[in-house]
Amino acid sequence: MKRLWTEWVIAIAFLREGRMQTLMITVGVAVGVAVIVFVSALIQGLQANVIDRTLGTQAHIRLLQPDEQNRLAPVADDVVQFVLEDKRAQRLRSINNWQQIVAALDQRPELTAVSPIVSGPAFVLRGEAVSSVALVGITLERYQQIVPLQDYLISGRLSIAADDVLIGSQLAQDLGVRVGSKIRLDTGQRESRVVNVAGIFELGVRELDARYVYLDLRQAQSMLDLVGGVTVIDLRVADIFTAENIAQSIGRLTQLRSESWIVTNSQLMNALSAQSLSTNMIIVFVGISVAFGIASVLSVSVVQRTREIGILRATGASQSQILRVFLLQGALFGLFGSVVGVAASYALVWVFNTFGPGLFYIPVAQSLIVSAVSLATVTGVIAAAIPARRAAQLDPVEAIRYV
Amino acid sequence: MSKEIMRLEALKKSYNIGMPNEVEVLHGINLTLSVNDFTALVGPSGSGKSTLLNIMGLLDQPTSGELYLLGQATGSMSEMERTQLRGRALGFVFQFHHLIQAFSALDNVLMPLMLQQGKPDHLARDRARELLSAVGLEKFSDRRPNQLSGGQQQRVAIARALATDPALLLADEPTGNLDSKSAEDVFALFRRIQSEHDCAVLIVTHDPRLSAQCDRTINLVDGQIVE
Repeated sequence: MKRLWTEWVIAIAFLREGRMQTLMITVGVAVGVAVIVFVSALIQGLQANVIDRTLGTQAHIRLLQPDEQNRLAPVADDVVQFVLEDKRAQRLRSINNWQQIVAALDQRPELTAVSPIVSGPAFVLRGEAVSSVALVGITLERYQQIVPLQDYLISGRLSIAADDVLIGSQLAQDLGVRVGSKIRLDTGQRESRVVNVAGIFELGVRELDARYVYLDLRQAQSMLDLVGGVTVIDLRVADIFTAENIAQSIGRLTQLRSESWIVTNSQLMNALSAQSLSTNMIIVFVGISVAFGIASVLSVSVVQRTREIGILRATGASQSQILRVFLLQGALFGLFGSVVGVAASYALVWVFNTFGPGLFYIPVAQSLIVSAVSLATVTGVIAAAIPARRAAQLDPVEAIRYV
Repeated sequence: MSKEIMRLEALKKSYNIGMPNEVEVLHGINLTLSVNDFTALVGPSGSGKSTLLNIMGLLDQPTSGELYLLGQATGSMSEMERTQLRGRALGFVFQFHHLIQAFSALDNVLMPLMLQQGKPDHLARDRARELLSAVGLEKFSDRRPNQLSGGQQQRVAIARALATDPALLLADEPTGNLDSKSAEDVFALFRRIQSEHDCAVLIVTHDPRLSAQCDRTINLVDGQIVE
C-alpha cells in the first residue's frame, strides 16, 4: 500500500485539476450505473412478485402416484403381436406407504413443509344448484405451511373440524351461500353428506376460488372411499429455484411422480428467463458504453498531460508508476460514478415505491449495490488499460517537448 | 584526483536508422564529469546539445558507445534499472521550469522522493522545506506554480532537482526564459548549490556571459566536442 501512495496522490491531483472532465464522466458513469441498478431492482421486484403470487397458492413440488399402465401378457419368441391398447382409466388410488414417505421427507433439511393431501372430484348441491368441485382433504397445521390459508380467509373462521369445510369465494357466490350455510357434498362413492361452510377464502385465482373445497383429511378419505390413504404429497422447499433438482431426487427415491412448480409453470419460467436475458443485455450494453466513456476521457487526458508525464518520468517515475496513475484514475471514475449512480437509483426506487403504480414493491438488495459498485470500478480499470499503457510508453524526451 | 561521476566513451547517436534520411547527430563523444565540476555545454542550435543532454540524463539511449554513471555501465540496463538510477543520481532543470501544476511548490519538490519512497515521512518533508528555503522560497511552499513568477518557478524546479541529493545536476537552458536579473540569481544559486552539495553541475546554455562564469566550457559543434 505504501508503494501505491504516490500514485494515488498524483491520480487524485490530476482528477481534481481536470474538474470539468471528472465531473462529466462521473455523471456519465452515474447515469449508467443508475440505469443498471434501477432496471435490475425493478426486474427483481417484478419477478419476486410474480413468483410470490404464483407460488402463494400452490406447492413447490407435488408427489403423485404414477399412472397405472396396462400389463401385456408375454408372447412366445417367434410370434409377432399387434396390440391396439387403450390407456387405462386412472382411478383414484392412494400413495403406498405414504406415512413412511412423509416421515422420511420430514427429515430432509431442504424441505420446509410436507403436507399429505387426499384430493378427488365431487359435486356440491344446494337446492337446485349443482357445482363440480375438487375436494381437498388436509391436515390444517401441515397445509398451512404450504398455502397460508388464514391470509386468504375473507370471512368466517379457519376450521375444518367435524363437518366444517372451507370454500372459495367464487363457489360461495355461485351457490349463494355464506358462512354458516349448509351444503351437500356428493362424491358418487358413498352416500352424500351435509357439511357446514365455516369459512370462505379468496386465493385470487378464479379457477381455484370456484372449485376448491377444503375439508378434514379423514372426512375426505371416507367420502372418496380411500380410508387411510392420500393421493398427493405437497412439498415446500427453502430455495425455490432448486425445486426441480430436489423434485427429481425425491422422485427417484420414492418412485413417485414428482412435479416441481418449475415444470408445471414452464410458460412462466420461460417468460422470467427471457426477461432476465433482456435485463442482462441492457446491463452489458450500458456497461460497454460506460467503459468507452471512461476510456475516451482518459485518452484525452493522456494527450493533455503528455508534458507532465514526461516531467514525472524525468523526476524518476517508472513506466509502471505512470501506468498505475492512469489505471487508478479509471478506477476512481468507476467508483465515484457508481456511488453517485447508486444514490440516484435509490432515489428512483423510492419515488417508484412511493408514488408509482403500487403494483409491487421494489427492494434494493445490498448485494446488488456492492456488485454494481465493484463492477463499475473494475470496468473503470479495464477501460483505462489502453490509455494508461499509452501514457506509460510515451518517450520522455518527446513528452517533455510536447506543448 | 577528483572523483569521476560520469564518463562518456565514443558515444554516437543517429536518428532514422536504416532509412534514407539517416542522420548521425553525435559523432563519438568522449567526456568525463567529476565531482565539483561546474561545466557549461555550449554550441549553436542543431549541434546536438539537447540530444547529448537527454542521453546524459538517461532519458534517451545512444546508438553506440557507452555511458558510465557512478561507475556503472548503463548501456545494458533495463528500462526499470535506468529509471531507478536516474531517480537516484540525476537531477533535471529544464528551460521551461516544468513544474506539475496540480501540486503546490512543496509537493513538487517532494515529488522525486515520493516517486521513490511512497508516502513521505517527516524527514523527507523537512528536507523539502530546507531545499525551498535554500532557494529562498520558504514562504511560498503552499503556492501553486501558476501563482509564482518565472524565476520563482525555476528555483522550485532547482529545489526539486536537488531533492534526491543527486551526484549530477543537468540543466537545459535554465535561464533561457528569464529576465537578466532572475537569470543572475538562478545562476548564482547553481554556484552555491554546487559548492554546498558537492555535486557536479552541467548547464546547457548559449549565453556567453553565463558560460564565461563556469569553470569549464565544452563546445559542441556539429556533434563533436571542441574544447
